[in-house]
Amino acid sequence: MTSAPRIGVFVCRCGINIAAYVDVPAVVEYAKTLPGVTYAEENMYTCSSDGLNKIKEAIKKYGLERIVVASCTPRTHEPLFQATCEESGVNKYLFEMANIRDQCSWVHQKEPEKATEKAKDLIRMAVAKAALLESGDEPEIDVTPSTLVIGGGVSGMRAALSIADQGFNVTIVEKESTLGGKLRGFDSLFPHKQKASEVLMPLITRVSTHPRIRVLTKSTVKSVYGFLGNFDIGVETRQGVEVLKVGTIIVAVGADILKPKGLYLYGEDPRVVTQSELEQLLHKGEVDAKIVVMIQCAGSRNEEHPYCSRICCNEAVKNAINITEKESDVYILYRDLQTYGIHYSRLEQEAKRKGVKFLKYQAERPPLVTSEPDGLKVSLYSPTVNEAVELRPDMLVLSTPLVPVADAKELSQLLKVPLDSNGFFMEAHVKLRPIDFATDGIFICGTAHSPKDIGESVAQALGVASRASIPMAKKRVRTAAIMSQVDQTRCSGCGTCLDVCPYNALKKNDKGLAETIAAVCKGCGVCGATCPEKAITMHHFTDAQIEAQGLAALEED
Amino acid sequence: MSTFEPNIVGFLCNWCSYAGADLAGVSRIQYPTNLRIIKVMCSGRVEPGMVLEFLEAGADGIMVTGCHIGDCHYITGNLHTKRKFALLQKLLAKTGLEPQRIRLEWNSASEGQRFANLVKEFTEQVRDIGPTPLKAPKPDAAKLLNLRAAKAAADAFRLRALVGKEEKLVTTGNVYGEKITQDEFTKTMDSAVETEFQVHRIHILLQERSRSVKDLANQLSLQPRTVLGYMVALRQRGWVDVKETVEGTPLYAAQ
Repeated sequence: MTSAPRIGVFVCRCGINIAAYVDVPAVVEYAKTLPGVTYAEENMYTCSSDGLNKIKEAIKKYGLERIVVASCTPRTHEPLFQATCEESGVNKYLFEMANIRDQCSWVHQKEPEKATEKAKDLIRMAVAKAALLESGDEPEIDVTPSTLVIGGGVSGMRAALSIADQGFNVTIVEKESTLGGKLRGFDSLFPHKQKASEVLMPLITRVSTHPRIRVLTKSTVKSVYGFLGNFDIGVETRQGVEVLKVGTIIVAVGADILKPKGLYLYGEDPRVVTQSELEQLLHKGEVDAKIVVMIQCAGSRNEEHPYCSRICCNEAVKNAINITEKESDVYILYRDLQTYGIHYSRLEQEAKRKGVKFLKYQAERPPLVTSEPDGLKVSLYSPTVNEAVELRPDMLVLSTPLVPVADAKELSQLLKVPLDSNGFFMEAHVKLRPIDFATDGIFICGTAHSPKDIGESVAQALGVASRASIPMAKKRVRTAAIMSQVDQTRCSGCGTCLDVCPYNALKKNDKGLAETIAAVCKGCGVCGATCPEKAITMHHFTDAQIEAQGLAALEED
Repeated sequence: MSTFEPNIVGFLCNWCSYAGADLAGVSRIQYPTNLRIIKVMCSGRVEPGMVLEFLEAGADGIMVTGCHIGDCHYITGNLHTKRKFALLQKLLAKTGLEPQRIRLEWNSASEGQRFANLVKEFTEQVRDIGPTPLKAPKPDAAKLLNLRAAKAAADAFRLRALVGKEEKLVTTGNVYGEKITQDEFTKTMDSAVETEFQVHRIHILLQERSRSVKDLANQLSLQPRTVLGYMVALRQRGWVDVKETVEGTPLYAAQ
């Protein structure tokens, strides 16, 4: 055992964010008394270039081997401080943070004395862990310069083109027999009344003829193994099962349109259709109704589909304008009209100018649709006119939401990426990583993520094309050294770790003993917590480190 | 109004609950100062033995928080947390310590207010129970022995293997495709917990000094024949053996 490492502690005032509630000088003095601490200082902002330079200078001057910064949250600032350590020759895994702002000064603003004591405790815990930190070597792996795009709708095709144009190979796996996705069912597109086919056909042609894009139609993903850089994808094609080797994966499976059987006589009366069915009738020129009623939020914003589907109000308004131009009367019955943004609010104005009638209804008193001998009857109470209204439409159009595709759950389990509570694919961070999955190398775009219009879907598609290309352009990537390691002398080969690992990151070697595949391990530590023989070390979150932190927390001052 | 300020340790997963705690901070939601947070990547990293160790070291309460079921960053990590926590509760029940000293909660990254409420509630809950009986310098000897036995049982092969296999056994079955119901599993687990707890209590006492079965039975409030049964198991494991025989009574000691 070598001598205890020399620890440096940097306590951030964060302007007044910490210093107004925590006695920072007292905390620094306290830190100096902790075992192993060679040096401690306070900074106005440790994350400023001045603060970072102070860390570098102290590492040099005092020969610091472990660095503790007591400031904000590691979730935002750890990478910055780790990079600073690395610049001074201290491995990034020899760095630890104490969160004395987000989890201390900000939440105990009325108790400065207790906040100061807690800050001391948090630093004592961080120092205790820091003393036991070990350097980590991040595994470096080759990246296969090829992408799998699941779904050949407008999002998937646009992403594929953008990646292929950068010189990487792309395979599109589409479950239907043709490319195009939901856009195939549309008539004209907002705002320029361009026909959907005019947008779609050139895109399909470009994709189909691109030398770097391969399209597998009537094909589905059946298995996914591997990790960023090296995925093995089993695809069931018309010709049988084929294994694709790709570096990155894009999920662009789109969404389905809800067909609300039984709701407002849908499926029972042929005059009741969904907006997408209306689009097809418009496309064929088969709409000759004199009075058309549209009901918004049909099957959405309820218990089953609690979200706003974002596109239905705009689609209804667009179709209403197209129908009024045929000299029909259109009534839109809505709960809250969501014609957001500059284009769609203009569309709403246009609809009103052209005589489309908007009637509000209340969620708790939805319209009543009945089939009378002489036609459909829609009765409702509308707070817009504060009375009961009765309409006799020739056609009733239901604005139904986009819902997750039927096989979303299955695909999410194959890819090990999460779905949100509505069943749509969920991004890693709603603001900062909106098109990444938390799993490296897998990305999400279009309506598979949430209901959105074509422009928004394409923006995401171009975004994921860029995101997916980064590791391929770099050719090699590093993965975090937070990973498990099996002590071969203690492993009994029981295989429990293989059972619990969510990533198949453990395998049995030729001796029948478990071994971590470093580049696949994501560092959750479940295997370490589970191993019956306690043969697994979870690096950076070892038993000893966690024990030291907890015991330090419980130490009496 | 009690002036007792409980010492509470919280295990928070990096992706949901730690982020939720940060959000409480960003939103300046005030909550009691008693919680000391240990960040882990996944709540599934938390071992029952760790929680028991901190209780033994004098923690008044321990909170484990993870992502909501279905939202786990590691897909299934929190399912293992749930199973391990259930084992922890069974072990804690044996020790005589109040079950309300530990709590498992799911808290998402967007639930800052909920996190603050949780800390507040749990702090009050622990404050109401009062200080831990295990705090130095005068810990309750019987409870301390129980806690040490519970921790040793949690760290040993049998219970770890059982809880580790639980998810697979009750969902997909073993390598032979044999699946058992949750009820059957729970029964097996309950009996294993009782055995392991008692076996480790005996083992700890025999590590202190050699004792007779009768002596152990008195000390542990068990029937002598029950102790004898455990003694057979302990000898089979090679953990204890007869050290000497005094006036025809065998005295056992840890190996």
